[in-house]
Amino acid sequence: MSQYKVQPGPEAFLSPSAASMGIVLPDPGEAHIEGTIVPEEEAFEEAARKFLAAKVPTIFPGPLVLWHWNENAAKQATAIRKLANAIPARLIPMADYRPKYPKIDPEVEINPNHPNLTIWHNKIDVCIFVGVHCHQANLALKIIRGGTNCYTMAMCAQAGHEDACLSFRDASVEKIERLTAAVLKLKSEGVESQAEEFTQIKLNRQGRIA
Amino acid sequence: MSKDKIKICEDLADIMPPEYQDLVEDATYGDQDRGWKDVGSSKELIEQHSLCAGCPESIAFRYVLASLPAPEDTVFVGSTGCTSLVFPHVAVQNIHSLFGNQNAIASGLHRALKVRFPDKVKDVVVLAGDGATVDIGLDMTLQSWFRQEKFTTICFDNELYANTGGQESGLMQKGFVSKMAPVGKLFDKVRLAEIARESGCHYVACLTVSKPNRVEKALKNAILVAREFGPTFIQLYTPCILEIGKQSMEGLDEMKDAESIGGRFVYKEYATDDVKKFLKEKDEEAKARKKEKKSAKA
Ligand SMILES: Cc1ncc(C[n+]2csc(CCOP(=O)(O)OP(=O)(O)O)c2C)c(N)n1
Ligand code: SF4
Ligand SMILES: [Mg+2]
Repeated sequence: MSQYKVQPGPEAFLSPSAASMGIVLPDPGEAHIEGTIVPEEEAFEEAARKFLAAKVPTIFPGPLVLWHWNENAAKQATAIRKLANAIPARLIPMADYRPKYPKIDPEVEINPNHPNLTIWHNKIDVCIFVGVHCHQANLALKIIRGGTNCYTMAMCAQAGHEDACLSFRDASVEKIERLTAAVLKLKSEGVESQAEEFTQIKLNRQGRIA
Repeated sequence: MSKDKIKICEDLADIMPPEYQDLVEDATYGDQDRGWKDVGSSKELIEQHSLCAGCPESIAFRYVLASLPAPEDTVFVGSTGCTSLVFPHVAVQNIHSLFGNQNAIASGLHRALKVRFPDKVKDVVVLAGDGATVDIGLDMTLQSWFRQEKFTTICFDNELYANTGGQESGLMQKGFVSKMAPVGKLFDKVRLAEIARESGCHYVACLTVSKPNRVEKALKNAILVAREFGPTFIQLYTPCILEIGKQSMEGLDEMKDAESIGGRFVYKEYATDDVKKFLKEKDEEAKARKKEKKSAKA
């Protein structure tokens, strides 16, 4: 049997879980690209390339890095902001997991129960999840692979996500910074960002201010 | 979660949609005197819900959530039924249990929280329908009371199994005919409040949700007593307007009828003498805090 590849969809209404197709998780120091285990360094470069080649590169920070529940979360948030500036990429938060259909504003938020709405609305072609709890990330990654053509990546704090097209494991401030460094290195070598012009969304309690 | 943890990371604060910024700035976490009067003037811990329009369970949820003395240190345990459709929308920690198991889960959870957070007060609150509380889960409900587990049980009593289309429940009134119980109920409504008292609950209240101040008082009493003494129980009449053939606007009248003299839900409260004394002290403390707040403002 040829190896299953975790590639962008749209795959099917009910895409199979990658694990059921034989995809295994990386060991420490490794990552996976489309289901193939690679040394982590290779994945940093590939992720950076994907981001720079994208029209609408987007970072989806989850509750673990949005909410200041410990000092490390705040440091990760700072590192994520730097990554977004370096690419440049949009930041669209997944602040919690409550089902919000149909009230979701897909321009400024994403929800694991219907992440496709945000991907479709913003025409996102490459994204990364960071700080999303595993079970919710798995759900969202499968729905995205099922119904959109977005290339998904995961900066997972645990053992990685087989349902992402590319996944790191053991996420930390240092790993987010290494990804930023990989982006800056490619840029210094002449690789240009293909991102469409955008302004980073800014919100206050009244709504959008930018 | 503790009060000082409900903050957004500074570097990502300006990408957070307004409702989360409101939750941090304007919700009443950390104020033990919060209550139903905050509904409408501060950020509520529930906004959208997925119940039928006008379902009294929805207003019951609002009052209960507005009146918790420490939502940031509270964990709800729910069970299958209409109530369970609401929990995913609620900004308080909650666990969904297998139908009927809620008081068993809550017992274990409360003990675990005691071990994990020995220096903190953590409130565990069961909130489930009448089917879950008195029929399929009666064993677990009673055993937790016999064992003197220190948490509050709230039953949203709509006198039938609403979520599955109207089957007969132990709390249904005698003679009532529902869609899935066409013969009419042959037995009396179970006297759950009295059973709770006899089974070891230190504070019991049975009421409708027509009067928010009463719901607030009963809930606060139940939680404060559970912390110090042992199990407490609140039975709230939240009529299922869908199954009894009422319009969205008629829930309130239905509750008022049921609580009028001779009705099934005339206000009832049981407390041991020690508990009465304790609640009186707590009342005085609350009054003193109110007075202090007032004079600080002046
Ligand atoms: C173990 C188990 N048995 C049966 C069911 C089916 N079931 C789902 S909701 C429900 C009735 C709930 O009635 P109640 O507790 O009164 O809540 P309500 O919907 O009336 O608020 C039942 C029997 C289930 N989900 N799990
Ligand atoms: S079925 Fe009845 S109890 Fe359930 S949401 Fe509708 S009105 Fe409320
Ligand atoms: Mg019921």
